[in-house]
Amino acid sequence: MSKVILINLLRFVLLVFIQVFLLKNITVYNLSTPYPYILFILLLPFETNNVMLYALAFIMGLTIDAFYDTPGLNAAACVILAFVRIIFINITVQKDGFDNEPEPTLSIMGFRWFFTYVLTLTLVHHFFLFAFESFSFSELQYTIGRFLLSSIFTVFLILISGLLFFRKKERK
Amino acid sequence: MRNLWAFIRKYNAFFLFLIFEISSLIIYVKYNSFQHAEFINSAGKVTGGLYAKVDEWNGYLSLKEVNDSLARENTHMRNLLKSSYYVDTVTRHKVVDTVYKQQYEYMVARVINNSVNHINNYLTINKGSKQGIVKGMGVICSKGIVGKVVYVSDHFALVQSLLHKDSQFSAMLAKSKEIGSIQWGDDMDPHKALLRDVSNNAQPKVGDWVVTSGYSLFPEGVPIGKISSLRTKTGGYSLNMEVALSVDFSKLEYVNVVDNKFAKEQEALEAQQKKDE
Repeated sequence: MSKVILINLLRFVLLVFIQVFLLKNITVYNLSTPYPYILFILLLPFETNNVMLYALAFIMGLTIDAFYDTPGLNAAACVILAFVRIIFINITVQKDGFDNEPEPTLSIMGFRWFFTYVLTLTLVHHFFLFAFESFSFSELQYTIGRFLLSSIFTVFLILISGLLFFRKKERK
Repeated sequence: MRNLWAFIRKYNAFFLFLIFEISSLIIYVKYNSFQHAEFINSAGKVTGGLYAKVDEWNGYLSLKEVNDSLARENTHMRNLLKSSYYVDTVTRHKVVDTVYKQQYEYMVARVINNSVNHINNYLTINKGSKQGIVKGMGVICSKGIVGKVVYVSDHFALVQSLLHKDSQFSAMLAKSKEIGSIQWGDDMDPHKALLRDVSNNAQPKVGDWVVTSGYSLFPEGVPIGKISSLRTKTGGYSLNMEVALSVDFSKLEYVNVVDNKFAKEQEALEAQQKKDE
């Protein structure tokens, strides 16, 4: 159990560092800005209870907000992300399979499930993130463009990280 | 009552979602106006300290460009020195200067955090209230205006850059002195800004310089950029034009914070006038 906490803590710090010090200044034509820090919330173990999940998502969002000077924005998007994660996992994963499938990673869940999971949740998160950021309909086209292109970038980075830490695991 | 609890427990995901979502939205709506952004921002102790540390390493990467610009500025300053002018009058009186009082004072600061690709962009600088920086001061760099200070902590300050939805500064055409106001354009291009509300009498041309007017935080004549295209709508009361900014916001390294010594006096005076009306 303590190993799980340690790994997640490390993941948290690492993702915040990468997000804030590297990816904050990376953008493609001012349209596509990746937010792969949501990987932390995506990869929390299945058995994390709801209170914990929401609290961690909230804290993660606020931490990013502190560095981005947008108090509450990422937190709001992350909480929505946590909500959709609960629904998604409820629908697609059988409850009794929890013992041998501790974490929703690429190596454990397989590519098809993981890809759908990441794509759906990233789209939801980014949609609300950019919608809250602009908070108006005046630049709808621009916001939608930013949302779609950023989602592609983020999903791409998350899949690469999934492959990078791919471990061949014997599925029981 | 027991049924209610059972109901809430059964759908706890949804109710917890409501609680957390509402609290984060409250934070977002309440603190994003920066009227009282006291706790979550990049000028805080931890975040500011971390940015300063990382910037220390990043600083080495741009040493060459910084040296270049410093050398250029040195030459420029040297050109302004009295000693580099030929004195053509023989007798000179030494006058104790009581006519001029220094109005603007500059403090150099290093940019430790910066962004250009958001809707509202801020930069963090490594000087704070201990060094005499106060909320509301203007910030410029050697090439033009940058923004204004919106939040100050002990050792850091947060600057709302010109690339921000709410940024608006008084500006004028360098040639004809026609006043307008400069703000960031709608298409989020960090190299472009919009000069608005210039009177119809002005006859701006593409390539004319736009500078600060001296009505807001900055001294008169600080460059902003050159007019890149005119957007004249027929029948409008005023002219709008697009300005290519002279400052490359993505490459800011050192900035100067402008301390207008008379700002308080002016503000008090204008506030009094408003109260009388």
